[in-house]
Amino acid sequence: MTERSGVEVRLEKLVRRYGTVTALDGLSLTIAPGELVALLGPSGCGKTTALRLLAGLEEADGGRVVIAGKDVTGLPTSRRNVGMVFQAYSLFPHMVAWENVAFGLQMRKVGAAERKKRALEALELVGLGRVANRYANQMSGGQQQRVALARALAIRPQVLLLDEPLSALDAKVRARLRDEIRRIQLEVGITTLFVTHDQEEALAIADRVGVMQSGRLEQLGPPTLVYTRPATPFVAEFVGLTNRLAGTVKGGAVEVRGVRLPLVQPDIADGPATALVRPEAVSLASRADAEEGPLVGAVLTVAFLGAVSRVTVDLGDTTVLAQMPTSAASQYPAGTKVRLELRSDPVLIQREEPVATAS
Amino acid sequence: MAVAARSTQRTRWIRLQVFRYVTFAAAAVFFLVPIGAMVEFSTRANNGSRTLEYWRSIFDYPEMIAAIVASLQLAAITSVVMLVLLVPTMVWVRLKLPGLSRIVEFICLLPLTIPAIVLVVGLFPVYIWMGSNFSDSILTLSLAYVVLVLPYCYRALDAGLGAIDVKTLSEAARSLGASWFAVMWRIIVPNISNAILNATLLSVALVLGEFTIANNLLYANLQVELVHLGRANAGVSIAVAVASLLFAFVLLVILAFIGNRPRRVRPELATALAGPLAASQT
Repeated sequence: MTERSGVEVRLEKLVRRYGTVTALDGLSLTIAPGELVALLGPSGCGKTTALRLLAGLEEADGGRVVIAGKDVTGLPTSRRNVGMVFQAYSLFPHMVAWENVAFGLQMRKVGAAERKKRALEALELVGLGRVANRYANQMSGGQQQRVALARALAIRPQVLLLDEPLSALDAKVRARLRDEIRRIQLEVGITTLFVTHDQEEALAIADRVGVMQSGRLEQLGPPTLVYTRPATPFVAEFVGLTNRLAGTVKGGAVEVRGVRLPLVQPDIADGPATALVRPEAVSLASRADAEEGPLVGAVLTVAFLGAVSRVTVDLGDTTVLAQMPTSAASQYPAGTKVRLELRSDPVLIQREEPVATAS
Repeated sequence: MAVAARSTQRTRWIRLQVFRYVTFAAAAVFFLVPIGAMVEFSTRANNGSRTLEYWRSIFDYPEMIAAIVASLQLAAITSVVMLVLLVPTMVWVRLKLPGLSRIVEFICLLPLTIPAIVLVVGLFPVYIWMGSNFSDSILTLSLAYVVLVLPYCYRALDAGLGAIDVKTLSEAARSLGASWFAVMWRIIVPNISNAILNATLLSVALVLGEFTIANNLLYANLQVELVHLGRANAGVSIAVAVASLLFAFVLLVILAFIGNRPRRVRPELATALAGPLAASQT
């Protein structure tokens, strides 16, 4: 495969309706050349619709799709020069792997010898040169998706579209293939849109993550920023786990169970509110057999997750999740009385009504 | 314990095999006895000896030969028209108009509920008009036959399309630059080839055995000629009937053989697999 640089992709105020349901509500997104953007969101948030509009598999009710400066909104899929990997296994069952990969080249009238050569190159790129002569039913799910990736790349598309390509695979294969997709994407330098509902996948693979809800982009930014500085309560709750703790906003900070925490939204109006606190911002300070207080409670459960563990603490009126290294968590078996400490990271505020600002 | 379990398994296997052979033998007797009787009758001379005279006489009846040729042509035309009509329609409905699938199914299955004689009454004016304005060739019967075979062929094709993910496969092909024609011809058709063969088998069998419509519309196809000949010469009529059955049987075997041939295995793959396979067998 030859090295190549990607192109810019712009989705401009895209609208898509299905009857009375608005799947995309004026979505705008620009993907830089060679960048991998992951669209993340719950089922029905419009992320797959956005990808299908970019692919040309559906028609927009409004807005534009621009690839490499060219408006392709009215072009059919077959003339958009995009490569796509689907959620469902999509290899053509009557063709062996290399024939599958060569299909797009055949459609582009590439000569027989050249297309076989390029198909085998693409299979080598995904590490599957040895299965070139196998049919889909002779390959594992992971192999099929890798062949599908090779097939999408073999036509040397301007844009690579990945529609939850890993969701049908088991956890271990998924993690391995995820890394492989990223390696190949960086190697080829192709502009890529990756759609997933798996936050771990999106955060691990993307240059930028876009979190969607109800057909709109709630936040678009680097994975670390989306995780540590979620723009909205929805993003905070969808990306990672969050504790919802009652507190009071006063003077640009929120007081939660006697602890003052800075705010992500500093201009928020004073009054009662719910603070969204990450489990890793909560630590178990010490055994507190004799202590009482708003942050003292008993360990309910300890969930072992490998290197880290998640401890659920019952504070009486609510429960709080704390995440810490397993070695530390092992000191607090279920039933132990503990005192919590809240790290003074900026927290997001959520109110039943839309969050009011002080201005 | 293991020996006892193996013994029970073997007893079960033997019982299953016996059941299979008995069922097969009963079915074979049911089908073969009438055919055997027909063969016996068509090879019996007036004095009780064996003769092939009736079989040789088939070719003395040019109307019969013409009817056989016409029926074969009708079977071919009906099958082609049915496939050209049904396959793209069914694929399009699955891809673009899934809401219409029930209506299309209802329309395709409708001929099942209409007796052939009622169909003839409806078609009669159409054929009178066609005869005077277009053509009165027997091949125009294929139009009626396409309607007749629709329900059976729809079912066969529907099963085939249901076995593959038409939407994903066609979207994958489209994203790779394939036109709709290429999607149909290079992706969908090869993957439902068995269903297409089954639909074709049904269509051929139905057309070769059709009598009511042809007879009432005053066309002489194979079955109509068989009845006419049967009135004139029972021996030849039965010989033709057996011959047409044998012909249909051979045709079905050939088509089934084509449909069930093993998937290609590339020489390279065969070589690659042969090593480990041989090793595991040693």
